[in-house]
Amino acid sequence: MGYVAIKGGGQAIQGAEEVLEALRTAEGEHGTPLTMQAIENQLRLLTSRIVSEGGLYHPQLAALAIKQSQGDTLEAAFALRAYRSTKPRLLETSAQDTGSMRLIRRISSAFKDIPGGQMLGPTYDYALRLMRLDLANESAETFRAVAREFLAETPEPNLPDTFPKVVEALRAEGLLPPVENHTETPFDITREPLIFPVPRSAALATMARAETGSILALAYSNMRGYGDVHPTVAELRVGYLPVMLPHPITGEPVEVGEVLMTECEVVAMYEDDDSKGAPTFTLGYGACFGHNEVKAIAMAILDRALQKGMRDGPSNPSEDPEFVLLHIDGVDSMGFASHYKMPHYVTFQSDMDRLRTTQKKHESVKQQDVNEGVQ
Amino acid sequence: MSAGYNFGFLDEHAKKEVRRAILKAISIPGYQVPYSSREMPMGRGFGTGGLQLTLSLIGANDTLKVIDQGSDDSVNAVNLRQFIEMTCPGIDTTTHLSEATLIQSRHRIPETPLKPEQVLVLQVPYPDPLVVVEPSEDKRKIMHGEADYARLLVKLYEDIVKFDEITISHRYPTRINDHYVIDPSPIPRWDVPKLDNSPALVLFGAGREKKIYAVPPHTKGEPLAFEDVPFRVESFNDAQGKRRACARCGATDSFLDEFMNEDGSKRYQCSDSDYCDETLQASKMTEAATYA
Repeated sequence: MGYVAIKGGGQAIQGAEEVLEALRTAEGEHGTPLTMQAIENQLRLLTSRIVSEGGLYHPQLAALAIKQSQGDTLEAAFALRAYRSTKPRLLETSAQDTGSMRLIRRISSAFKDIPGGQMLGPTYDYALRLMRLDLANESAETFRAVAREFLAETPEPNLPDTFPKVVEALRAEGLLPPVENHTETPFDITREPLIFPVPRSAALATMARAETGSILALAYSNMRGYGDVHPTVAELRVGYLPVMLPHPITGEPVEVGEVLMTECEVVAMYEDDDSKGAPTFTLGYGACFGHNEVKAIAMAILDRALQKGMRDGPSNPSEDPEFVLLHIDGVDSMGFASHYKMPHYVTFQSDMDRLRTTQKKHESVKQQDVNEGVQ
Repeated sequence: MSAGYNFGFLDEHAKKEVRRAILKAISIPGYQVPYSSREMPMGRGFGTGGLQLTLSLIGANDTLKVIDQGSDDSVNAVNLRQFIEMTCPGIDTTTHLSEATLIQSRHRIPETPLKPEQVLVLQVPYPDPLVVVEPSEDKRKIMHGEADYARLLVKLYEDIVKFDEITISHRYPTRINDHYVIDPSPIPRWDVPKLDNSPALVLFGAGREKKIYAVPPHTKGEPLAFEDVPFRVESFNDAQGKRRACARCGATDSFLDEFMNEDGSKRYQCSDSDYCDETLQASKMTEAATYA
């Protein structure tokens, strides 16, 4: 009977946990457990996604989260986020200069030549998406030889430590407005709820840990025509950003480590603006932990769209801060979608009560009509 | 539980923030107080708002009861209770309402009236009753401030025009202390009158939507209705108009769950499992006394 089914909930949960674990290890005798290193390195883009969506730069823990969630990105980001939420906030970094990034890749689609040069780096952009059947049965020897040979054959590059930013050149020419000096404290989305209207810093922070697919979908709606950002990528850079913290004694900024980041700046067309002087291009900014270019581009486009929406009022969903910011968090959306699987016996009982009452009334009205000969 | 986590899982700053929000919620009955809402190690939508309230309030001397759909043994109730037991060493848990100091519930208010020293925490998926008529949170906030519930009343009116019946089944909009209208969480209409002049404090936690609100003790709670179309709770009468009884304990004054038997016939039982047990126990004792 139904009533019995919900008895023994405790054993059911325990059983679910066990069968999940059994499936993870279902290869049995011939299986090899995934190592953290293998996940972090060989599934580096997956790890990137998790550190950014989890909102915690910890690639090792992200790898563990991927392992325990059997590769579900929403679950993995969730586990990392829940871990993070138990940690007190000890320090705040000041604004970090992404001009000091140690780059592995940077491109600009605005200029053929940029100061410092284009650097294609690791990208799938121009790869042919053909199945690489040679990887299907890759031997450990072949696998190990690849990186070794790459390093042996690649000449020591004569590269500077840092590259200038493309937008700086645009600013110098007066094509972009100068950077305003902001003194207000950035909004901390981990400590304050979003109460609209929210400052741009809250929007940027929310988008930085957004679920990749969700933020892409909303940005894509703008690209397709529900909006008109029409962006040009001034610069997209991927690399390691040194994280600077004030020295506890001297107060001088010291490097405490580095984080892999993706940053994207898009330039959009100028708009008429009666308040100020000469018109300039406008800028959209995107940045996230890890190597995730699609997310950074989507964020930059939405940042630009939201700035317009915040100023003039939204004319489509991607310009509406509430619509965008409250629907891109993976932990929130997956949690709520999952919760529909929980028992809803009581509310459904209540729904049936309403429907039956309404049906009964409907029937009696129909009967009355028949009795009175109304067609 | 590994020693890595604080009592109550959340750090003390987070708990303090929740308690401050609770105080504000009590001071402004029915007002949705925003708070930061931490991520909990269970899904948003599984009671993380209620859980944060419970974890912020619970102390070693408390006795906790957790129910879901009226039952202590529903998977989600078990899961939440185990997590709280694990992270709050020293607390007691119970399935008996009378023993509990703190009750966390999803979708039900217990049948037995609460006592003044008890606190009821309800889990909330949608904190705002105005969401059915206005999607923008910003605009809803203004409407609440102005006690502008005209569109909500129009929705009720349209229901009557279209169906000759208010079709809201659960989450019935309820005006608190003559001002703010709340979403009382997905409790059935059956439970809504229990909010009115409740001797116990009732707290509402919406984790995903980051809101806390309260119906303080002895506060007016009035479901929206019209003079000529009164508020009505679920009917458990059969086709002949006779009140159905619980097939297990015989109670005729409780919210009933409907079950389908293998042969297609229906059976009704109390949704509140503790109430069902108590009634059964009491009738057995009466029987025993009769035969003694």
